[in-house]
Amino acid sequence: MGVESALGEGYLTTRVDSLVNWARANAAWPMPMGLACCAIEMMAFAGPKYDAARFGSEVMRFSPRQSDVMIVAGWCTYKMSHAIRRIWDQMPDPKWCIAMGACASTGGMHRCYGVVQGVDNFLPVDTYISGCPPRPDAVLHALMKIQDKIKTEHSVMLDT
Amino acid sequence: MALELNESLQNTIDGLSETFTDKLIEVYQSTGDTFIRIESDALVDVCNYLKDEHHFVFLTDIAGTDRYTSDERFEVIYNLVCLKHQTRLMLKVRCEEEAPELMTVSTVWQAANWMEREVYDMFGVRFKEHPDLRRIFLPEDFDYFPLRKEFPLLGIQGSIELPNTTPDTD
Amino acid sequence: MKLSDIQSKVNATFFKEHQKKLYQSLEDKHTTIEEMDDGDPLNSKMILNMGPQHPATHGVIRLVLQLHGETIEKVKLDIGYLHRGVEKIAENKTYQEFMPYTDRMDYLSPYSNNVALCTAVEKIADVEVPERAHYIRMIGCELARISSHLLWLGTMVMDAGAVLVFIWTFKEREKIYDIMDRLAGHRFTVSHSRIGGVANDITDEAMGAIKEFAQTFPNELKDYHKLLDRNRLFFDRNEAVGVLKTEDALGIAAKGPVLRAAGYAYDIRKFAPYARYDEVEFGIPTRLEGDNLARYFVRMEEMSESIRIIRQCIDKLPKGPVRTDNAKQAYPSKDEVYYSMEGMIHDFMMTDTGICPPEGAESYHAVEAPKGELGYFIQSDGTGHPWRMKINAPSFSNLQVLENILDGEMVADTVVIIGGLDPVMGEADK
Repeated sequence: MGVESALGEGYLTTRVDSLVNWARANAAWPMPMGLACCAIEMMAFAGPKYDAARFGSEVMRFSPRQSDVMIVAGWCTYKMSHAIRRIWDQMPDPKWCIAMGACASTGGMHRCYGVVQGVDNFLPVDTYISGCPPRPDAVLHALMKIQDKIKTEHSVMLDT
Repeated sequence: MALELNESLQNTIDGLSETFTDKLIEVYQSTGDTFIRIESDALVDVCNYLKDEHHFVFLTDIAGTDRYTSDERFEVIYNLVCLKHQTRLMLKVRCEEEAPELMTVSTVWQAANWMEREVYDMFGVRFKEHPDLRRIFLPEDFDYFPLRKEFPLLGIQGSIELPNTTPDTD
Repeated sequence: MKLSDIQSKVNATFFKEHQKKLYQSLEDKHTTIEEMDDGDPLNSKMILNMGPQHPATHGVIRLVLQLHGETIEKVKLDIGYLHRGVEKIAENKTYQEFMPYTDRMDYLSPYSNNVALCTAVEKIADVEVPERAHYIRMIGCELARISSHLLWLGTMVMDAGAVLVFIWTFKEREKIYDIMDRLAGHRFTVSHSRIGGVANDITDEAMGAIKEFAQTFPNELKDYHKLLDRNRLFFDRNEAVGVLKTEDALGIAAKGPVLRAAGYAYDIRKFAPYARYDEVEFGIPTRLEGDNLARYFVRMEEMSESIRIIRQCIDKLPKGPVRTDNAKQAYPSKDEVYYSMEGMIHDFMMTDTGICPPEGAESYHAVEAPKGELGYFIQSDGTGHPWRMKINAPSFSNLQVLENILDGEMVADTVVIIGGLDPVMGEADK
């Protein structure tokens, strides 16, 4: 789009920005990296009582090529970390990451040789959720925070 | 040896002490469970005998232990169940610290396959003639045996690698 | 095409040793009995990796399948993607401190794991538990069994194609979560059981919720039966699929519903009863076929038996304390802790040192978790920390069964078979 090179960060780009951001935020398809007990709460978050579909996260796309948000739910071991990183690399931009639960954020109660003490050792995490496991309400709250984050991005400038 | 055993277990112990008199080291009870310790070279023979003669057809679990003593450091405990008489028996074998080795019992019970792999992974006890002795939980690149008492809880720095965070090199 | 040159095709970017040995062992499996044919013009032999991240593997498990067209020739499992060294952690914690770790092992039915640890420690340390606590534990365990089987039903039928059943079962599971919330304070990983009893008594509200659930759940169960019991599609997908023969089942150490569907009525609640299971009446559903459909029927019937047990427990629930009074063995109640000096000291000692079983004592105790026989082998050295705690996880043995029954099946049946075996990687990988 050559328009923004002519107009810079002006009225037109911010309008397009809000439109694009609104579209992206309300259709953030999650890629559930459900590893352990938090995966069960994530299933409950997608289930009938705490419906994630009304927030736009209608489909849990298990294919990284078709998703926007990766929710790492559960403790990440060193053996699994390579697989997670590979999946993260396969996700197309723009992408965000939620570290769900204490184990994904910091290693949680598992302070031992097998567990990576926080997925932010190899992934750029956007939102951390505390809890062991966090209630599905907390996951919804994190999803809303990601939506807020998306809405403040300069999408047009970043995409060129 | 004042043991309170039910009839079939008493039968089993009597049969064992008759057939394998010099291989049976001790028989004792702890909190109601019966433990039998045997010599490591008689392991497969005793297991075959228990399975064929006394119907211990179900191997529930194989546990490894690090006794942290200078001789006979590692101990492997076989948890056997006899469904016919509804009894449970624990069989113990010890092995040395230098190149710990035991004969595999996967010819007697096929279930021993993964259970022995777990003992190998955690303690380093090798099982002779095992069909597939590889590590089961940790990757093969890992050089240590975690459940040994000298291995620190938090692991050893650099013993297992984390992924690259710059995708270009992948 | 000889697949002995697979090593040249594998281009591992991490854990090279591990990948090399895994593919080598796949190649070596069954080498004596298979015929290596050199003419494969359609290139129908291939190695498929159902990787650790997969929508239909229950948790993180990796299967390396060698396929000939659609049929699986041989399969090797790679587990350990969730291994955290829980047994090593156990050697550094007191017995009570270890309770939350047990929740996270079989995370589909946390209550039964708690009871497993508690009963094992109570056995080795000779702790007497009051009657009321036994019945509360039984109610909790059976609710956990229903919860676990509901999730199994939802995911297995969802993997077979019917996504709606997942939504239905989660609706029921939310009701159980509400009960657990009222009973134990947490929806999911409860840690309600304590060594020497349970944490707190059932409030009237919780009791009302449990009674209501016991009333309404059998109707829901009837709905599932109506949908699936005579469903042609469900039968075609599950009948004669993943057959575990009766003569193989014991040798390969299948546990729980997998073993009962292959013909052996082995249930720890009858073999070595714990927590007053010898005073309630219930049956053990068994089938002889050993296929996926048999496992389905066994688990559905187990759910009805669980409701029967819960009803009997509610009727028989005696009055009394919920935790033993012995200061060296169990935590004092919170009233004592807040309002008396001895209570505070006892609380401190229990947290600091904890319960100390006699030195040199060893014991094994198992409970019937929904997945099978969950056992704890504890060796004590006289201190408050166990010397060795070996956890006998049923999913570990059931996954070994998977390696044996998948040979010869169609690749499309893999997900249904894994669903039917119902493994939980948190406990299989410890």
